[in-house]
Order: sequence, then C-alpha cells, then structure tokens
Amino acid sequence: MNLMPHLIIAPILLPLLSAAVMLLLGEKHRPLKARLNLLSTLLGLGIAVALLQQVQVNSGPASIGVYLPGNWQAPFGIVLVVDRLAALMMVLTGIIASCALLFALARWDRAGASFHAMFQIQLMGLYGAFLTADLFNLFVFFEVLLAASYGLMLHGSGRARVSAGMHYIVINLVASSLFLIGAAMIYGVTGTLNMADLAVKIPQVAAADRGLLHAGAAILATAFLAKAGMWPLNFWLVPAYSSASAPVAALFAIMTKVGLYTVLRLWTLLFSAEAGASAHFGGDWLVIGGLATIACAAVSLLAAQRLERMASLSILVSAGTLLAAIGFGQPALTAAALFYLVSSTLALCALFLLAELIERSRSANDIALEEDNDALPHLHESLHPPKGVNLDDEQKAVVGQVIPWTMAFLGLSFIACVLLIVGMPPLSGFIGKLNLIAALFNPSGLGHGSASLGFEGWAFVTLLVLSGLASLMGLTRVASSVSGRPRTGPRHCCGAMSACRS
Amino acid sequence: MEEVIAIAIGVLAASGVWLILRPRTFQVIMGLCLLSYGVNLFIFSMGSLFIGREPIIKDGVPHDLLHYTDPLPQALVLTAIVISFAMTALFLVVLLASRGLTGTDHVDGREPKE
Repeated sequence: MNLMPHLIIAPILLPLLSAAVMLLLGEKHRPLKARLNLLSTLLGLGIAVALLQQVQVNSGPASIGVYLPGNWQAPFGIVLVVDRLAALMMVLTGIIASCALLFALARWDRAGASFHAMFQIQLMGLYGAFLTADLFNLFVFFEVLLAASYGLMLHGSGRARVSAGMHYIVINLVASSLFLIGAAMIYGVTGTLNMADLAVKIPQVAAADRGLLHAGAAILATAFLAKAGMWPLNFWLVPAYSSASAPVAALFAIMTKVGLYTVLRLWTLLFSAEAGASAHFGGDWLVIGGLATIACAAVSLLAAQRLERMASLSILVSAGTLLAAIGFGQPALTAAALFYLVSSTLALCALFLLAELIERSRSANDIALEEDNDALPHLHESLHPPKGVNLDDEQKAVVGQVIPWTMAFLGLSFIACVLLIVGMPPLSGFIGKLNLIAALFNPSGLGHGSASLGFEGWAFVTLLVLSGLASLMGLTRVASSVSGRPRTGPRHCCGAMSACRS
Repeated sequence: MEEVIAIAIGVLAASGVWLILRPRTFQVIMGLCLLSYGVNLFIFSMGSLFIGREPIIKDGVPHDLLHYTDPLPQALVLTAIVISFAMTALFLVVLLASRGLTGTDHVDGREPKE
C-alpha cells in the first residue's frame, strides 16, 4: 500500500492525537508532555518538509496532492489539497512552532495549565487551514486555531493580557460571523463550497446574481483582512500581540499570514483573469488597504517605545506590504511577495523571542546602574535585594554579572533581525524587498522591458523604502536606549544606506 | 414567509451589533449571541425556504431538488451553532476572569473618567 497520499492528512491528525494524549495525562506529567509536544512538533515539521519535497519533485499539475478524507467525490465531499504554496506555508509554520516551543520549554510552559495541548491544537488549526480546499472546512479550521489562540493569548494571565485578550476574542468572533455570512452568500449564489469548483462556477454566474456574489466575497474578505491586519481593521493586533507571552507572540507571527494566505488563495482562484466579469474584483482595495496599512504602521513605529510593540507594528508593515503586492495581481510580484513573506515572518518571530530576553537583561542593567550611583550603599539594601530582581544560585542578585558573550550574542542576533526587517544587505530581507521593487518595474522578468508604474506602483515603492527607514530609526532608537547611550552616528549612516538602496 | 425570516434576521443582527458596541461585557456577550442567531438563520435561509420538504431522501418521493430542501445549509448551520456556542462559553470565562482581575465589567478594564 502506498502511504504517500495519506501523508497529506497526517499534519492534521498528528497534533490532534498528541493533544488528546496530553489532555488525558491531566495536570501532572509536565516533562512528559513537553517531550511529547516537542516530538510531535518536530515530526510535523518533518512531514511538512516531505510534502514540500513531494510537490517540488514532480512539477506541473501532477504535483498537486489531493486527499479525500471521507472518500466522497470532489465537489460534494471535503477535499484536502497540498500544492507548493500550502507546503511552503506548512514548512514555515513547522519551523516557527519548533523555535517558539524550544523557547517556551525554558520557562513559559510553566506559567499556566494546558500550554502543550493548546499549542498542538493551534498547530492542527494552522496546518488544516493551509491544507483545506473547502470554504466551510476552512471556517472550521479557523475556529480551531482561534480557539487555541484565545487560550494561548491568555497564557500567563495578568491584567493586561486578559484585557487585550478580551478585545481579541470579540473582534475574532465578529469576524467569524462575517466569515459565515460571506460563505453562505457565496453558497447561495453558486451552490458549491469547494474552492476549485467555485473557480469553475463563478464565470457562469448570471449577471443579476453577480452583485450578490461580489457582496458575499467582500464580506468574506473583510473577515480575512481583519485577521491579516489590514488598516483600519487592525487596531486589535498591537495590544494583543505585544501583551502575549513571548513564545505565543512568536507563534502568532504566522497567524496574520494565515489571513494573507487565504486572501491570496481565494482571490487568485475566484477572481482570476478567467473569471469573466468578476476578474480582479477588489484588487484595488487590496492595494489601497495595504498601502494605508504600511503608512499607519510606519508612523506608529516612530512613536513606539517598547520592543514588543515595535515587533507587532513590524508585523503590520509586513502584512501591508504583502497585501499591496498581492493586490497588483502580477505573478512576478506575487512570487517576490512570497519570498518576502518567508523572510519577514522568520525575522519577526525571532524579534518577538529576542524582545523578551533583551527587556529582561535591560531591567537587570537598570538596577545595576542605580546601585553604582549610590555613594553610600545601605547595608539593609544589600541584604535584601529589591523585588523583581532575578536571584542566582547563591541568592545574590544577578545584577552586573551579565555574561559578556550572552550580551554579545543577543546584540548580534538583534542586529541580524533589524537588518532582515529593515531590508538591508547582506541578509534575505534585502533580497525580498529588492525583488518586490524589481518585479514592479519589470513585470515580465528582468531584461524584458520595463512597465510604467502608475500612481499606485510609485506609492508602493516609496512606502516600501520609507517604511524600511522608519523601522530602522525606531529599532535603532530602542537599541541605543538598551545599551544606555545615544548612538546617533550609525543611525544616520544606515539611513543613508537605506535611502541609497532603491 | 420570506418576509418574516428576513425581518427576524435583520432585527437579530441589528440588536446584536448595537449590543456589541456597548461598553459593558455582559451587553457584548448578549450581542454576540444575538448576532450568531441572526447568522445561523441567514445560513439556513440560503438553502431556499420551503414548507413541508425534508432534507433527507425518502422512499416513494422522486430524487430531485423540487421535492426536497437543500440539506447542506442545514448541516452547515449545525456546525456553526456548535462553534458559536462553544466560543460564547469561552468568552464568558474570559469575561469573568476580567471582572475578577480588574474589578469592573467595562470592556476596557477601567471605568471611563467623568
């Protein structure tokens, strides 16, 4: 028996099974659950890589893997489909989940109950949303990943988290209602929920029903764009992501990309050039919304003070860039956007993880400086270290004992992250942004003649460069306040480099 | 019958939206409930409304859509009911946690200044 077709459903079943086992284990056995979680996450990553390899080897339409879970024929039953886009997103999810989990195992998984089970359910929802080829099934997987994310968002508890989490839940519940309304309207007009079948049926929709179809698609898109973080639907994102615990925020870096993935998947499928009167419906809205998102997030970046907030705003910049790039509807630009997606998601995930470590070391440094300034240290204070300071094995405050190479490593990682997010050479962020600009100027490939950009194209290029400059200024400002002295020299130098880039 | 259903959906959705925009968490949860009822009715009505037709095949009745109602929206609405019910219950837990942590039932966790 050939097991390869059944591998397609494995990324959904594996986390479900391991989450069920973890729930059966109950409150105890935390080390065992941690090991099970790590094993399952790494295995999921392995499966995702195997699927990517499978669809990559046999190129062409034959490479697309189709799996019928209930063995019903395609337009009637639920279908899982793996193509290169889905496999790419799954590998990205697997990598980010493994990193976030390894980070969480050090400390965060002890901050509340059922972390490991919720983590696995979240992965199940993510993998399912990437694999499914059915609109209503997509809704179910969205709810699975959202339900787990509500729990993870509140992981660690605390006032700020519960308050931001409540807003997050309400926004997503309303978005889910919009999702249902949109899906029902599309079903009412076309009579099918299978994505591939929808692409066939949409050109045949009667002219009288086309308005209803477009309204349904627009309502559906509102739900996805709220999740993807398009302005003005993104005000929930920054408080929620910056108050979530670091590993959870790192995992959430892929959540906005789920919204983007569904927009890309559905929009290119339902409103492609072959869709007759509906071709490229709403593309202008994606471009304008994406550009507004970049602009608003870049301005907020200049005002942000905390590193977590800055990372959340960088997620918005990345989401806006991707939305605008998708909205142009050019294959070369979409390909460049996918490269940028992988690079920026990984960088943002790393920045969320780094932000916590840097904030922790910064708070230790602040106290050390205050003690140095004391001319006459009181005996009382040296006996009882101030509250909130980490203690080492001998019950002395870990202040001023920061190991230099740890700080050096943190600093270098932070610089690498900044280079990736800003888009400066020599790292992949630069290639991503350069690709986007090159694809805008040469839609049919380099050396095949350039196209005139138009207003939207020029606005995109300008905002792309300016948002890079804004994130550079914001992030270096935080970096200089971490190290304790203003560094104006490198900032100007880097700004000039960034301006030269285009 | 279409008019009755349409008015019901409209009233449910409108009161749901109004309640969601209110400042107290209990009003918000009632709004979410009403909105999800409206949405469920909407999905149900998308499969066309008929009296006296079943969604399940019976012996002696011709197998076409003239004699049956569309079963798919009814299956979808069952899923939607279960999910919205579960999510409302989850939100209720968060609402109580927020009430306990902040001491107020305002959605922002603090009373607005007069």
